[in-house]
Amino acid sequence: MDLLPGIADALLATVLDVLPLVAVLVVFQIFVLRRPLPRRTLIGAVYVVIGLALFLVGLEEALFPLGRAMARQLTDAQALGPESSPTDWANYGWVYAFAAAIGFATTIAEPALIAVARKAEAISAGAIPARGLRVAVAIGVAVGVAVGCYRIIAGIPIVYFILSGYAVVVVQTWCAPRMIVPLAYDTGGVTTSTVTVPVVTALGLGLASAIPGRDPLIDGFGLIAFASLFPIMSVLAYASLAQGRRLTRKSDPPRNVDPQEAP
Amino acid sequence: MRFLTLRLLALLSEAVRDLAPLLVVIGFFQLVVLRQPLPDLGGLLIGVAAVAVGLALFVHGLEQGLFPLGENMAGAFARKGSLTALVTFAFALGFGTTIAEPALIAVASEGACAAAAAEFIAADPPAIARYALHLRLTVAVAVGIALVVGVIRILKGWPIHVLIIGGYVLVGVLTLFSPDEIVALAYDTGGVTTSTITVPLVTALGVGLATVIRGRNPITDGFGLIAFASLTPMMLVLLVFGVLAGGR
Repeated sequence: MDLLPGIADALLATVLDVLPLVAVLVVFQIFVLRRPLPRRTLIGAVYVVIGLALFLVGLEEALFPLGRAMARQLTDAQALGPESSPTDWANYGWVYAFAAAIGFATTIAEPALIAVARKAEAISAGAIPARGLRVAVAIGVAVGVAVGCYRIIAGIPIVYFILSGYAVVVVQTWCAPRMIVPLAYDTGGVTTSTVTVPVVTALGLGLASAIPGRDPLIDGFGLIAFASLFPIMSVLAYASLAQGRRLTRKSDPPRNVDPQEAP
Repeated sequence: MRFLTLRLLALLSEAVRDLAPLLVVIGFFQLVVLRQPLPDLGGLLIGVAAVAVGLALFVHGLEQGLFPLGENMAGAFARKGSLTALVTFAFALGFGTTIAEPALIAVASEGACAAAAAEFIAADPPAIARYALHLRLTVAVAVGIALVVGVIRILKGWPIHVLIIGGYVLVGVLTLFSPDEIVALAYDTGGVTTSTITVPLVTALGVGLATVIRGRNPITDGFGLIAFASLTPMMLVLLVFGVLAGGR
């Protein structure tokens, strides 16, 4: 395995990726705010770029090829056995299991989510535990990707799922504790990042090309939309559950974190 | 130096824990379900080690550099008191980080090919390239607008759910008037705009603003910028490419 040239390439690609961001930051920091760039920031930025490059090259060399090959093999028509009819959704048990498991596992490893969860834990003084939040998001992605696979196999238009999903989110928003709502909405965008997208897209494309009557261009891509919708639901549900549990425990009264209700 | 080493070791062990589910899933499906040996076990282990070290360095760098920078800049903008400067910065940050986003470039060229296949545009390379560029510009402007609206929301203390739910209702209405190919594409652009480095920085900016502005709570007001950045691209792509141009 050629890891070293891979790292050099990934390093270059990551540097090019962050160049616009660095340009915007430097221009505003130096010319508009007229403040120097602290040395700590520069060192931190170097860590971020090297870390991300190593992360990407490791995924690309070792984990993605296996994940993609698995998605292909599981969705291969022959893996389903000769007697199964290809459009019967009940014949795809292992596909749903793989979809849910890989959705969960890639989300736990997602760096952007790790960053946001750490931030949330820090500013909520531990009221929102980073690990609990990430597990809630990962469960949402797992369910979302599995439901998305069912949709591709059953051939139901994506619009029904997305619109009814948002209707559920609206209802949950009303019931959930106020402090979690913005964070829950954010997790929808955070999950669809470096680790999850390539593996999940491969799964969708594999399914859409293996099943007769599905168009990879139209049916293959919707999984990402599911992976961003379902975490919103699961995080809102997690917060409601946590609040409910806190309310029922008499020795531990609920802490008031809502600024509108604070004295 | 010794402190740094300890810190990195702690982060490394956390990174290994974060990666464990992925390894278990891949191992289980490869060995038990598909019943195939793991190809190139040594290479796999080196790759996993690179991923773990990379993740630890990334998290360390964020907490050392990017998080403090985002918060300091938010504080400096608030003290400067110039709304124009803050709004310009928010737009530049959204537009600048999105226009060069590799995931967006990939989705835009796939979308342009789909549009050519659906005969919305001529199927020659210049037309496809122009369509893809217009898509990228539209999405980048949308993310710029998202951060501007999000920052103004933090300053004014508007409740986020009204804006987000209203936005999704609008997306639903626009969906009804757009061709299918554009709908699938538009929904996807919502997911690809928020990359691994942009997310922490934008989060730090929002939380920093909500921390320094009196009467705002970092949790209820600081988060939400990413949600706007996933919503507005869908809206603008549906509006510009679906409703106004009918796919063209």
